[in-house]
Amino acid sequence: MNLPYYPGCTLKANASHFEDSAIKAMEILGHQLVEMKDWVCCGTVFSQTDDDLMLHLASIRNLLRAKEQGFDELVTLCSMCYNTLNRSKAFIDSDPDNLKKVTDFMYRENIEYDQDIQVYHLFNILKDRIKYETIEKLVHNPLKSLRLGAYYGCLLVRPKEFAIDDFEEPTIIEDFLRILGAEAIDYPYKLECCGAYQTLTQKDVSVKRCYEILNSAKKANCDAIVTSCPLCAYNLDFLQKEIEKEYVGFVNIPVFYFTELLALALGHTWEASWSELHAVDPLPLLKDKQLI
Amino acid sequence: MKRIGVFICHCGVNIKDTVDVELLTEQLENYPGVVHIENYMFMCSDPGQNQIKAAIEENKLDGVVIAACSPTLHESTFQNVIEEMGINKYQLEIANIREQCSWVHNDKEEATRKANLIIKTALEKLRLNESLSPVSSPMTKRVMVIGGGIAGIQAALDIADGGYEVLLVEKKPSIGGHMIQLSETFPTLDCSQCILTPKMVQLAKHKNIKLYVNSEVEKVEGFVGNFTAKINRKPQYVNPDICTMCGDCIDNCPVVVPSEYDEGLSWRKAIYVPFPQAIPATFTIDTENCLGFDPIACGECRKACKPEAINYDKKPETFEEKIGAIILATGYDLYPVEKMAEYGYGKFPDVLNGLQFERILSATGPTGGKMLRPSDGKIPKEIVFIQCSGSRDPERHNSYCSKICCMYSLKHAKLYKHKVHDGQPYIFYIDIRSGGKRYEEFIQQAVSEDGVIYIRGKVAKIYKEDDKMIVHGMDTLTGKKIEIKADLVVLAQSMIPSEGVNKLIQNLKLSTDEHGFLNEAHPKLRPLESIQSGFYLTGAAQGPKDIPDSVAQASGAAAKVLALMSQQEIYHEPIIAWVDEEKCSGCGICISTCPYGARALNFDGIAEVNEVLCEGCGACISACPSSASQQRNLTDDQINNMIDIILQDNLENSLEKEDMI
Repeated sequence: MNLPYYPGCTLKANASHFEDSAIKAMEILGHQLVEMKDWVCCGTVFSQTDDDLMLHLASIRNLLRAKEQGFDELVTLCSMCYNTLNRSKAFIDSDPDNLKKVTDFMYRENIEYDQDIQVYHLFNILKDRIKYETIEKLVHNPLKSLRLGAYYGCLLVRPKEFAIDDFEEPTIIEDFLRILGAEAIDYPYKLECCGAYQTLTQKDVSVKRCYEILNSAKKANCDAIVTSCPLCAYNLDFLQKEIEKEYVGFVNIPVFYFTELLALALGHTWEASWSELHAVDPLPLLKDKQLI
Repeated sequence: MKRIGVFICHCGVNIKDTVDVELLTEQLENYPGVVHIENYMFMCSDPGQNQIKAAIEENKLDGVVIAACSPTLHESTFQNVIEEMGINKYQLEIANIREQCSWVHNDKEEATRKANLIIKTALEKLRLNESLSPVSSPMTKRVMVIGGGIAGIQAALDIADGGYEVLLVEKKPSIGGHMIQLSETFPTLDCSQCILTPKMVQLAKHKNIKLYVNSEVEKVEGFVGNFTAKINRKPQYVNPDICTMCGDCIDNCPVVVPSEYDEGLSWRKAIYVPFPQAIPATFTIDTENCLGFDPIACGECRKACKPEAINYDKKPETFEEKIGAIILATGYDLYPVEKMAEYGYGKFPDVLNGLQFERILSATGPTGGKMLRPSDGKIPKEIVFIQCSGSRDPERHNSYCSKICCMYSLKHAKLYKHKVHDGQPYIFYIDIRSGGKRYEEFIQQAVSEDGVIYIRGKVAKIYKEDDKMIVHGMDTLTGKKIEIKADLVVLAQSMIPSEGVNKLIQNLKLSTDEHGFLNEAHPKLRPLESIQSGFYLTGAAQGPKDIPDSVAQASGAAAKVLALMSQQEIYHEPIIAWVDEEKCSGCGICISTCPYGARALNFDGIAEVNEVLCEGCGACISACPSSASQQRNLTDDQINNMIDIILQDNLENSLEKEDMI
């Protein structure tokens, strides 16, 4: 089956291993992630505090493009894109005034917005459409003895209207990790913010947040962290160098995209190009657990 | 034709600002049957009532329409007025032009047109009203109180002291309710058990009170003054007359289950006394957990019982009791922590609810009154109390305020400090609600003398790290995130209607609010009774309440019941169904539709109406295929005439509009 897919910017750059592993894993599951044409940034880079309208335009344009190409749904991998597209959709679906404001900017578009298009996260597809039970049967390389901490961050569960699971106590990622054969570890900081874009302007804020998250996972004996957000992954993975300086005795912990582990568990070989994009090398752990 | 007077009330500006009362008066002046019409600022006032009386006398009126507020407010006021003037009170009709017109509309012209129609329908109905007299029936001078907590106990004692017989029905094996679990009570810190047990003993010994424990009310039939209650009582396996209370049975019972009295913090056997001061003081066998019903499996307690007081063959009993009034004192439970993801779904042993903490504070509790935490028996040095846990949270939990938590959380902190002098209590709060006699002083004293630290904000998350409970919250006064490494956390859980009450309420057909608390007949002026005649409310069954409020309401409801009991006969509204015997075919459809069991076939095969049971709901009337069943003063003819008037107006109106086109 073909799934119309919206990549977003980061998946074409820093997080290309996220996209690559997702496409390959989905192929094994018998689904093609078909990239939509002419997509633009989801709009998340606009600051909401400066202007609460502008950030919605890019998102809505993406939805118009999808409609033009005959899609009634879009699948995202990036938590941020998922969240931004859905928030913009809710912004104009809920209030005709907002719809008018946004469409007034789009007088050059050939097509009108309608509410029919749905935006899903790949987790929604895996759980509700492909079904975890089906995936479980296709796992050839179970991630035995790997103790993984699911990291949701904010964007998959807040605001609660687009939460992919219960917003206070989600388990959708843990359930996923379990069907891959891994041990899913609960730890208290799995829903805390990683510091997001503060990493650009106030790095110390993000460093402190990430230290708390990673430390909380390590205290619960996690071998690695699993996420679906490129920004979270960047902060949690690449800031570990700073954390080491700041917090004496901190030992590194690898950060995975869930799709890398999905591909691996489904029997796809771990690719060297994926490792290159990790700050903390995941290979020693995977070798230690005899997964590669 | 009846000589009818119409009286239009301004209700100050409530009606007059939206409905043109002068125009109405003009429009209806020449309506058939109207011989007098006037409007006045407040018809319900003394001068207003006198005007009505004068008009009745002057114009020899024999029917009155009052166009004013809802009949639930002043129908009886005006009925009294016309009765004083010698007119039957069923010759009065209220046209509700306030709640159903002026309050809900803005357009004066349209509202006036609607008010005109409402009055006309009342006139049409009144034209065919019969003069009726109330149905009377004898008064059963016995009262049933459901629930044996402090509210039920107080109500039962007051009524019994008034000289009437009381049946107290309690679901649990002992009376005492939640109050018997408490350590000390705010704001005086007197021992809860010390003030409650004398009342419990007094109740047990009272010559006018019959106590049924382990019992539940299954069904109530009848009406005020003449109820029949069906009560189920669990089997009494231990004969209290033979039992010597030696306790050999407990020593030999092999089954251990969590104690309800200690809120699961200690254990009890399957044969047990709920607590030392239980009333009645006797052993109970918990049928759900006892193995003795299969004699091969167990039977240890019977073997151990020297006086042979235990008999496993006892069966549950069902019996009926006749009563005249019912007091509902079914109390509360705490909102389950198991529903709260943010506070750990009840999986942490060191996160307690308020009642569990009461047990830890209590001398009869699981720790013998020592301040020790459940997980490892250590003395907690830092303790966090969280108010509004599950309350004032419309998004996730209950929207309402549970009212008593501000005071009891503080009491907990204070009592904790009295036991652990070097300990530090913190209280997370949204607001402090200390409206009550000496309540505010109690709080101020705790802050200044006991060093209780108040933090304004909600706790977002609790989790365990090593042997500490980490409490993540926000201090909204400084805007800072707060993390407290606590040894123990106490949640002031929201109060909810007690478990199992829903079924009872449904069976009794009582009305509740959206949260399941019993509805009072009027939120301000009739807070002690249900809208269903003969049912009275006390305590937390009606809404979250503390002990003083529950006791006050219980005594109030008891006074209401005593006034009712002092009457020899009870009067019943005559607006009920009757049967035109010539039309009735005896099909019996009315019998199956009647929710009150008021319909039956007589010897001639004609469907009769039991006048005291009929509540006048009208179900049988709309179901009757031959129009033989009719409602007094709401006959098909009357309703058709009322509809005709409205349709006629609509027709004229639409013709007018066509003309305009």
